[in-house]
Amino acid sequence: MSKTVLMVGTRKGCFLLESDEARRDWELRGPFCEGWPVYHAIHDAVSGSIYAAAASEWHGASVWRSPDLGETWQQSSEGLNYGDAELKLSKVSGLTAVDGRLFAGAEMPGVFESRDGGETWSLLSTLAGQPGSESWNDPANQPPGHLGVPAILPHPDDASRYWAIVQGVGIFETTDDGVSWTPRNRGLRADWPIENPEVGYCVHKLLMSPVDHERLYQQNHVGMHRSDDSGQTWTEITNGLPTEFGFAAGVHPHDRDTFYVIPLDPGHGRCMPEGRAAVWRTRDAGSSWERLADGLPQSNAHVGVLREGMAVDSYDEPGVYFGTSTGQLFASADAGESWTEIASYLPAIASVEVAVVD
Amino acid sequence: MAELHLPSTLAPLFVGLPRRLEVDAATVAEALDRLEERWPGFRDRLCEPGPVLRRHIHVYVDRQRAGLDTTLDGRSRVDVIAAISGG
Repeated sequence: MSKTVLMVGTRKGCFLLESDEARRDWELRGPFCEGWPVYHAIHDAVSGSIYAAAASEWHGASVWRSPDLGETWQQSSEGLNYGDAELKLSKVSGLTAVDGRLFAGAEMPGVFESRDGGETWSLLSTLAGQPGSESWNDPANQPPGHLGVPAILPHPDDASRYWAIVQGVGIFETTDDGVSWTPRNRGLRADWPIENPEVGYCVHKLLMSPVDHERLYQQNHVGMHRSDDSGQTWTEITNGLPTEFGFAAGVHPHDRDTFYVIPLDPGHGRCMPEGRAAVWRTRDAGSSWERLADGLPQSNAHVGVLREGMAVDSYDEPGVYFGTSTGQLFASADAGESWTEIASYLPAIASVEVAVVD
Repeated sequence: MAELHLPSTLAPLFVGLPRRLEVDAATVAEALDRLEERWPGFRDRLCEPGPVLRRHIHVYVDRQRAGLDTTLDGRSRVDVIAAISGG
């Protein structure tokens, strides 16, 4: 019987929740990673290991790894630096495991890889020379929290092809394993002045349909967007959503037209509108949206969900999960139709990922 | 041998690393080198590339604020402090 494992990255360490295929009852373990702030925790289906990108105020950035679903942990940051005192690595965030490789996105912007299961790391690219790169390492141009590469999206069929988000700049694609990059932001909208139309977009979340690798989705600072040509061009699909702003999103494992988002109020609040929690789903590639809220709090629920705060599992009827920046974790075992709060008092949640483990 | 005192946050990261240990070193940097040899990755937790001490890691030698190049003698006491905290 398969196990369903949730990996939850929080302000105070990584937590794991386990259930069976029914996904009704959950057992919680943690905190792991010595309570370090964990920005993203993932499961590598090839090795079976869990990896957690963390950054301690005292001891710096590192990637923790557990080969045994959380029983034992080690951390390493060997090679996880720019080798240059001018370029400081303040944080690792977006982790991706593909074909026996691990990718990590970093602040300041950089893409690192590990080929030995996270024991050592090497810099693949800083995307130097790309439009926008002349200013993205200048502290005077940086918002609080700095700019970085929060996420890397691999192509399942081509190990040398992947996409990287640079915060506040946009998406870049490489087809030669990080040697060269091309901006992929055509069709995106910006509510601010842009000098070069190729870059200057605030991409929050980028996803690919597991069943159609041409089909990408993104939640942007200003709108939901879809691409049917691997990111060459984008079409806005915000119409029907309560707000254009949000961070988290998820794709259906078997239907390329079904996609989940959590719209938030823009501005400083960045909580779900009107204090009523909801996930929104399209089943027609963004032509229409439906509000899913059965079991979610519908009054005084001023909660937000961050970029990596949502996940969808791979069962025939997929489970959908999200964690809030105030520590509540919600699960649906019926593709979002109904929801249950499965943890109520976690530290602030930065990431939720799910794995089905045999 | 200088007497080195480490913050509680370090010991869980390295198997067998004690809170207090004695090190034969002429400077603070050399003391960290000795620990790096025994516990690979140790220096990364206290230093950024340069190397320079991480912003919130403070080192005191005989109760005086010190740097990586501060000299040690056989009677020095070295305190490594994780200098800030929060809720």
